[in-house]
Amino acid sequence: MKADPRGVLTGEHFIDGDHACCEGALAAGARFAAGYPITPSTEVVERFAARVPTVGGTFIQMEDELAASITLQGGVWAGAKAFTVTSGPGFSLMMEHIGYAAMTETPCVFVDVQRGGPSTGLPTLPAQADMMQARWGSHGDYAVIALCPNSPQECFDLTIKAFNLSEEFRVPVMFMMDEVVGHMTEKVVIPPADQIEIVPRKHTKESVEEFQPYKTNGDLVPEIAHAGEGYRFHVTGLTHDERGYPNMTPQTQDKLVRRLQNKITSAADRIAMFEEAHLKDADVVVVSYGITSRVAQRAIDTAREQGLRVGKLRLITAWPFPEKKIRQLAGRVKAFVVPELNLGQMALEVERAAAGRAKTFSLTHAGGGVHRPEDILKVIVEASR
Amino acid sequence: MQLTEIRIAGFGGQGVILSAMVLGKAASIFEKGYATVTQNFGPEARGGACSAQLIISDAPVAYPYVTQPDIMVVMSQEAYNRFAPELKDGGTLIVEQDLVRVTGLDKKKEIKVYGIPATRIAEGLGKKMVLNSVMVGFFTALTGLLDPDAVRKAVADSVPSNFRELNLQAFDKGFECGSTAAPDNVEAQLEAETVTEG
Repeated sequence: MKADPRGVLTGEHFIDGDHACCEGALAAGARFAAGYPITPSTEVVERFAARVPTVGGTFIQMEDELAASITLQGGVWAGAKAFTVTSGPGFSLMMEHIGYAAMTETPCVFVDVQRGGPSTGLPTLPAQADMMQARWGSHGDYAVIALCPNSPQECFDLTIKAFNLSEEFRVPVMFMMDEVVGHMTEKVVIPPADQIEIVPRKHTKESVEEFQPYKTNGDLVPEIAHAGEGYRFHVTGLTHDERGYPNMTPQTQDKLVRRLQNKITSAADRIAMFEEAHLKDADVVVVSYGITSRVAQRAIDTAREQGLRVGKLRLITAWPFPEKKIRQLAGRVKAFVVPELNLGQMALEVERAAAGRAKTFSLTHAGGGVHRPEDILKVIVEASR
Repeated sequence: MQLTEIRIAGFGGQGVILSAMVLGKAASIFEKGYATVTQNFGPEARGGACSAQLIISDAPVAYPYVTQPDIMVVMSQEAYNRFAPELKDGGTLIVEQDLVRVTGLDKKKEIKVYGIPATRIAEGLGKKMVLNSVMVGFFTALTGLLDPDAVRKAVADSVPSNFRELNLQAFDKGFECGSTAAPDNVEAQLEAETVTEG
């Protein structure tokens, strides 16, 4: 299905990542957002609030993040594509409802423009320290998808991708921006609507009599029916059977929770997106994402000028973690260098997937700025020895 | 359009960020280059220290920050004191000459200094607010980095429509000053002032 041209601002724009994210959401068909604005994500909903009435949608500024993160799900169950936008402190408050979206298989997008934490931390300065929270923040076992843009252009392109993935897998998708990418201004090219591919809601084709809200049909993702369409409607965070009824048995729990996990993990290779360069001859591979990938690029370029065999693996999908790719590389490279604006989060995943077959150098930074390219270079040199 | 690092700094309300946006837009939308703008500002709406970093290049920009600016535009003394030492050897310094006293510049670095009374010129045009367009015009003429038509289009595209004409006038006035300005005109002026005082 192609994008609704009303939401697509076709043309070349010089805008920041936050604004580009908003345009991506509109192009993807988002017609509802509930939010509690917070720096450095405010510009996303500020623009959405101004733009969405012109394309026939609604923005509600809520009383807090708990309300925002559940109201958007009400919008989804009424048939809209919906999202919310926040930063660390708000993301923490949304965790309860991210679990709810995972359990109820509500397709939606949570944008987190990461700033320094914990707590109030550094409101106007960058970090990438919510990466593990994005994966594990809510209680219980579940799986999500998380994407990491590194430019305003990707804030546009990948927001559309985030909505599409959320619809395909009926899963909350975490859109993990950072303050630098959010506030950085660059050219963003928005294509014509007929060149933008949109995944529609996986609506049931069953009759009202036959329909069961959580019955799967050949794949691991059930079909949906919206409230008010005449289908029996029941959404619950309790463990439920295929009919959607609460069922407190270990058997039902096992079947449901494993399916919620498996629908993502079994498709991990298909979901995984990364950008790679010079991997063929690499002794050392720099694994990075978001703004840090652009800082690392300078270090990689300098290292290659000095004759070091350094490759680049940029994670576009952080979750599910592309562990197969790391496992393959671990068999033939000496080491991975993982710079990130946290005290070593995705480095743990790299280390786990490498399983001792290649060394992992975690290059930490507590946030508030970015690495110095020369510091990354120093570790590349050390890892090449 | 080889990779050029530019810092524009002053205080909030002078149009520091907008200047960077206009030049970035000219390079990446109205010319075929690439541009990245990042910005720093305090919580104040006006009057706080404010600076924008602009990288212009003919290839995609990876690292988004200025490390050693080739060109610096400063519109306040505070910005001058803080940022001027960063300038690259042989770099270009452009100052709002009524607001910045150029002192203590390392002679060995051979920095070319240009001054313009942008605020006074803007006031002469009827609105102090357009001093940034004066500055953008001056910058465009002096540096020759960007196509003047592209920058003019970017000015027109970036300001509210009711102030478009005024901003274009401001741009043209700044451009005119830049076309005839010689380097170190500020120093010359400072010396002249000293003589008068003496």
